[in-house]
Amino acid sequence: MNKTLLILKQEYLKRVKKKSFIILTLLVPFLMAGMFALIIFLSLNNDKEERTIAVYDESTLFLGEFGNEGYTKYQFVPKEEFQELKGNLKGSEFYALLYIPENIYSANTAQLISEKQVPIELSEQIERKLSQFIENDKRRKVVAESGIPDLEEQLSHTKTRIQLNTLKISDSGEATKSSSVVAFIASYAMGFIIYFFVFMYGAMVMRSVMEEKKSRIIEVIISSVKPSQLMAGKIIGTALVGLTQVAIWIVLGVVSLLVVQNFFTPESAQQIGQSLMETQSQMNPAMAQAADQNKIMEVMEMIGNLNIPLILFCFVFYFLAGYLLYSSLLGAVGAAVDSDEDSQQMVLPVTFPLILSIMLLFPIARNPEGPVAFWASIIPFTSPVAMLARVPYGIPTWELLLSMFLLIITTIGAIAAAAKIYRIGLLMYGKKVNIKELIKWLRYKN
Amino acid sequence: MELFEAKNVDKIFAATQALTDVSISVKEQSIFGLLGPNGAGKTTLIRIINQITAPDSGEIFLNGKKMTRADISNIGYLPEERGLYKKMKIGDQAIYLAQLKGLSRKEASRNLKKWFEKFEIMSWWNKNIEELSKGMQQKVQFITTVVHKPKLLIFDEPFSGFDPINTNLIKQEILKLRDEGATVIFSTHNMGSVEELCDHIALINKSVKIEDGPTDEIREKYKSNIYEIRYRGDYNSVSRSLGQQYKIIGHTELKKENHLTVQYLNGNSNNDLLQALIPVSEILSFEEVIPSMNDVFIKAVEKSNKN
Repeated sequence: MNKTLLILKQEYLKRVKKKSFIILTLLVPFLMAGMFALIIFLSLNNDKEERTIAVYDESTLFLGEFGNEGYTKYQFVPKEEFQELKGNLKGSEFYALLYIPENIYSANTAQLISEKQVPIELSEQIERKLSQFIENDKRRKVVAESGIPDLEEQLSHTKTRIQLNTLKISDSGEATKSSSVVAFIASYAMGFIIYFFVFMYGAMVMRSVMEEKKSRIIEVIISSVKPSQLMAGKIIGTALVGLTQVAIWIVLGVVSLLVVQNFFTPESAQQIGQSLMETQSQMNPAMAQAADQNKIMEVMEMIGNLNIPLILFCFVFYFLAGYLLYSSLLGAVGAAVDSDEDSQQMVLPVTFPLILSIMLLFPIARNPEGPVAFWASIIPFTSPVAMLARVPYGIPTWELLLSMFLLIITTIGAIAAAAKIYRIGLLMYGKKVNIKELIKWLRYKN
Repeated sequence: MELFEAKNVDKIFAATQALTDVSISVKEQSIFGLLGPNGAGKTTLIRIINQITAPDSGEIFLNGKKMTRADISNIGYLPEERGLYKKMKIGDQAIYLAQLKGLSRKEASRNLKKWFEKFEIMSWWNKNIEELSKGMQQKVQFITTVVHKPKLLIFDEPFSGFDPINTNLIKQEILKLRDEGATVIFSTHNMGSVEELCDHIALINKSVKIEDGPTDEIREKYKSNIYEIRYRGDYNSVSRSLGQQYKIIGHTELKKENHLTVQYLNGNSNNDLLQALIPVSEILSFEEVIPSMNDVFIKAVEKSNKN
């Protein structure tokens, strides 16, 4: 068998068989699915508790106007009973006491007396009921005093919510609906994923090299294979581990989605939809009106309008190139140092551009055509993250090609330099290595 | 017939001259001792043989042909600084290392099991390396060095970390491997084992080869006219009779006999010494002292340091 292939297989199996890999790979999607399910479960089952709230209305404004809502019932009580309950709430049938003071109109405050911590939903419900009632009452008075007959109706027409539909003219002059929100989320997410994977798996390559050097098995290994074969096997093997992890996550994601769909019957799904709508309408009735089915369709359309094949292609390209660039450099660092402390010192200068690019992600996603975005996505060391953050917004072809070209050239150069450092560093022990020393190594002939 | 040859090898690391015009040739089916003080350049030469580093100038040959990368599957190398993967089953990593040397998985497993049984360590197969002592790890490393039946074996300090019993076991195995056809290059500071094992030695000091030849011849060469005599008689009359012609290096008196070590000073012959001794003592035995490898080593290195 080809020796590179043998090392690749060895590196791959070693990692994939590791307990920590299996646990992490299996746990993450279940954790996510579990979290999602928990949120849904909680939103469904959260407030099924029946509560009765005693209302003492000193202002006498609300008499009979405080309707039950959901699982919460309101019951008006006279002053004497209210005083009595105040002293003995625990023994009573009531969950809490609502005291509406005489001056609520001017003071804008009321009191809710309870034993336990009141859920936010409940206090919001009461606040909303009180505010709406008083607001309506005030408006009625204004309308009545103004003497304009259809003012009420006119006022309701003044409620406005503008929705901004952004259109983008492509090179062919065709206008497509785009959404900066969707693109923003997409670019942010992809920048992060690239950063995360390049960092995690690059560090894995480095640790693997260091392990061989520290355990001194390295001399036997490189008397059997070329250092370049060893490095190639390691880097590709580790990349395959990453791809395996992603593949497992996708499969598990799809499966758990199907399970979730089956688990929640159409009725319960409807219920979720309703409860979501409810909370939305509770929060802002005006927004809820706009958030109809069409909105969802629109978002879908905008996602559809993103150039998905291009984005996927760029994702794979920049992921692989970025990973190759950084893992070969980190592999060289692993070969050059022989203690963990030294590696810490060397890792920062090498990965600094990567960290910088993640810090630039926000400004880039906010202004994808600006100079920061342009330079960050052209310079090879930051381009894997930065360019990915720009692609969802659409990118001029020449910029993309230039960025890719520079990245490929740099990666090839980095691999060549890393191979050299690697070969020299592997058998170098007891020498404190810094960047200056590494540059000296690059000048050595074989 | 020479299995391995290095011709005029030079190697410089930054400001350090590691090897200066070193040539060695190793006969097939022999054990070649590569000796020298620490930092003399032995490990560099060994790494050049293993194609880990390339010489700045000079050439190396295996079987009369210039060595290439492909030849390393014909070499078994046990480095001085050696280790194994910490978190891997012993059997698995032995198979992996054998595969890297070009064996198929099946072959590797079959050969390894033979060796493991021979060394009675089959029970370690599924253990982690961390569970083994240093000496035990050395045994595994020895096996992984020889498992692919290489033509050329290179051992750098093979006995460090072994107890006397295991040292002996490994010595016997090395001799057996030679008898079965392998050629061995062997680097050590243990001069006793050089006398026992090596057919031929080369001595390197400060990057230069200072001595090269069959072990017996080299030891002969470093003889310095020292003789050991067992005799019965009175030491005082013996020393008086020897006079200024001989230098007495050592003397021990035992119950029934005395031992005397002397060095000739003025080109005397054996007969001269005997003539001086016979009148005053009864000679039991008389032989020339051949210097130990240890003495040869020290003398040769000191001499070369003076020049």
